[in-house]
Amino acid sequence: MFTLEWIGNFGFSVLRLSTPLIYAGLAAVISAKAGMMNMALEGMMLVAALAGVVVSGMTGNLWIGLAAAILFGVITGGVIAFASISGKTDLYLTCIATNLAAAGGTVFAMYLLTGEKATTSAAIRAYTIPSITIPVIDKIPVIGPMISGHNLLTYVAFFSIWAVWFFLKRTRLGLRLRAVGENPTAASSVGISVKNIGYISFLLSGVLCGLAGAFMSMGWVSFFMKGMINGRGYIGLSASNIASANPAGAGIVAVFFGFTDALATSLKSGSSFPSEFIEMIPYASTMLAVVVIGIIRTNKARKVAKGGH
Amino acid sequence: MAKEILRMENITKIYDNGFVANKDVTFWLHEGEILALAGENGAGKTTLMKVLFGLEKPQTGRVLLNGEDANIKNTLDAIGKGIGMVHQHFMQVPSLTVAENVLLGIEPMKNGLFDFDKAVEMTREVSEKYNFHVDPLARICDLSVGQKQKVEIMKVLIKGAKIIIMDEPTAVLTPQETDELFEQLLRLRDDGHSFIFISHKLEEVKRICSRITVLRRGHCLGSYDLSDMSEADISRLMVGRDVVLQFEKEDPTPGDPIVKVRDLVKINADGKRVLDGLSFNIRAGEVIGIAGVEGNGQSELSDVLSGMDGFASGTVELNGQSIEGKSVFEIRQQGMSLIPEDRMIHGAAGDMSICDNIISDRYFKPGYKKGMFINKKYIENIADEYIKEYQIACDNKKQAVRYLSGGNIQKVVVAREFTTGGNFIIANQPTRGIDVGAAELIRKAIVRKSREEGTATLLISADLNEVLGCSDKLFVMRKGKIVAVFPKASEVSEAELGEYMLGLKTMTEKEMEGLL
Repeated sequence: MFTLEWIGNFGFSVLRLSTPLIYAGLAAVISAKAGMMNMALEGMMLVAALAGVVVSGMTGNLWIGLAAAILFGVITGGVIAFASISGKTDLYLTCIATNLAAAGGTVFAMYLLTGEKATTSAAIRAYTIPSITIPVIDKIPVIGPMISGHNLLTYVAFFSIWAVWFFLKRTRLGLRLRAVGENPTAASSVGISVKNIGYISFLLSGVLCGLAGAFMSMGWVSFFMKGMINGRGYIGLSASNIASANPAGAGIVAVFFGFTDALATSLKSGSSFPSEFIEMIPYASTMLAVVVIGIIRTNKARKVAKGGH
Repeated sequence: MAKEILRMENITKIYDNGFVANKDVTFWLHEGEILALAGENGAGKTTLMKVLFGLEKPQTGRVLLNGEDANIKNTLDAIGKGIGMVHQHFMQVPSLTVAENVLLGIEPMKNGLFDFDKAVEMTREVSEKYNFHVDPLARICDLSVGQKQKVEIMKVLIKGAKIIIMDEPTAVLTPQETDELFEQLLRLRDDGHSFIFISHKLEEVKRICSRITVLRRGHCLGSYDLSDMSEADISRLMVGRDVVLQFEKEDPTPGDPIVKVRDLVKINADGKRVLDGLSFNIRAGEVIGIAGVEGNGQSELSDVLSGMDGFASGTVELNGQSIEGKSVFEIRQQGMSLIPEDRMIHGAAGDMSICDNIISDRYFKPGYKKGMFINKKYIENIADEYIKEYQIACDNKKQAVRYLSGGNIQKVVVAREFTTGGNFIIANQPTRGIDVGAAELIRKAIVRKSREEGTATLLISADLNEVLGCSDKLFVMRKGKIVAVFPKASEVSEAELGEYMLGLKTMTEKEMEGLL
């Protein structure tokens, strides 16, 4: 089983499965740094996934479809920001409502547009974002098949880890965003608008969710399917949480979750073990990771509290 | 004579709820001087500074800067006009570096990006110019409190402030850090900066200020040259009773100790010893009053004794049993009742009815239940009884507590705590911010309960009338320690009390021996 070819393929599938998790994780990082927990990643990704397929099918242009996916991610983020920041609704309830509305709303929209209720595969012409073969590297054994030939958005995902880090660390907006997230009173005392920063964080979160959604429906598969995000938004949220909202850390954790996902997939094909049980692995490992990190952090906090004497 | 750079004239600020925070206050500040602004908590210092800093609009009066009407519109406007404020609670972002904090809001830019190197350089420049010795690259969370304060001052300086308000800057500092701060303030003063130094620590005021402006209950009692004043003079100005309330009460007949506290130490998150080796008893039938300038460990003592917060070392016994590690619920079962400092946070549930608030500590007890359900009839009866006994003004017993006046909410809390069956009552600021009638009723109830039922009472209050009038024995707390004990509170003069509260005098252990 463990041939070089298998290892190469397995590595490939880890990176592929990590892609949406990385986007979701980074989207969560940006919100978390601005002091908010964005639980609506799931819904934002779902809306974007449908928008990408529909618009690219309608216009016959892949890139317009990709742009539409991002736009709809941003719009969904904007709606949440408007409701919770300007409208002063409870952020968590708003996010949950967004997820529920997206789950039902995407199916409804799909039905109106295509008459289908489960997938758009038959009704809308498929456009997929191209895969890229990296010259030279693709000739290297094991490494080549692992990192070459991925979807463009997979490479963009890894680039985004750096981009988000750069944004948070090196730009004025990023600095202000972190300041607001940590101590809004201090930030507003020097004239920074806490409200604007809140909006910006949700809009940026929306861009990343848009890319994630586009990857799901225009890269992973080439159609929209009911409920296709399947908890990836929440896994991304845990990745950000485990990494204390550090972009690189969230990226690593996302790849770890991608690894467990790939493991589940490959175990399923090679064993007689009940597949339902194996499918649980990514989610169970997420939970386990959150609990373990939680315990480590509490112990640390307890030590600090006892440090006084 | 130095130039007058700031004058606040006839400032009157009345809040929407009718509270008069400042009445016709006038004071002025010269260039290159450090002016002390003194007064007890609630005297109106903070409000006055908020007016200056553009956070509050006064009803009357004006602010003159360099002899011209300044018309300060908001905080940013105040900063732009050269006024800076060093808040008591630092306005900082812990995970960011010093440089990033100092320049937050006025970040230097290069090629559209935040120019971190330039920020570091600018911070280093200020730091070196005024001898702050703070590393611009260090993270705020790794700094000591003293260094954090320097960062706060640097933030103000880098924005070009000439008039700097320091709100109780030494409250969080160690003596060494205080010395260092004072050196810096003097250096800045010689450099042409002027300071308004809010403090009630007299020795500090004496050390670095040239003049003092004293506020009491919103009124300005005048500005004085400190060279003409002794510390006792200032203390008399700051701590005083406008009207001495006479309070009739019988002498106590103290019984056995109910509460025994030995060597109690509590350390807060900053590593400061907020309770520093307290030992005392509270006996049945006596009311022990605790006086002191706020923030000297009184709230912490109340939190520890009620189980709301833990402690580092020492022992606390209530009715013969230790309370260590016990929950508030368990300590209540052991005989404690608590009138908490903030009635809307820890005292009552605002949206619940008077009835529900009254049974919140006893709904599980027999009599209040009828099978699985609560015994509504019985509860309504006792609620009616308490409403009558404590003269709670309300529409009916089902009314949400939130809609009552402050005094009546407090009466609900008192009614519950006095009927819970405990023999130890902690009354922490029981009459703060409530009307005279309600305050009178609550004070009488405290004394009556101790006389008739032999309750041990700990009365913590910032109101001198109250501690002097209600208490049998009086402790003065400063810096987490008991610095004075008076066996008969009624015989203490406020001048004497003020000297202990403000740190001019401290009793030796010998003097206090046998009294605790």
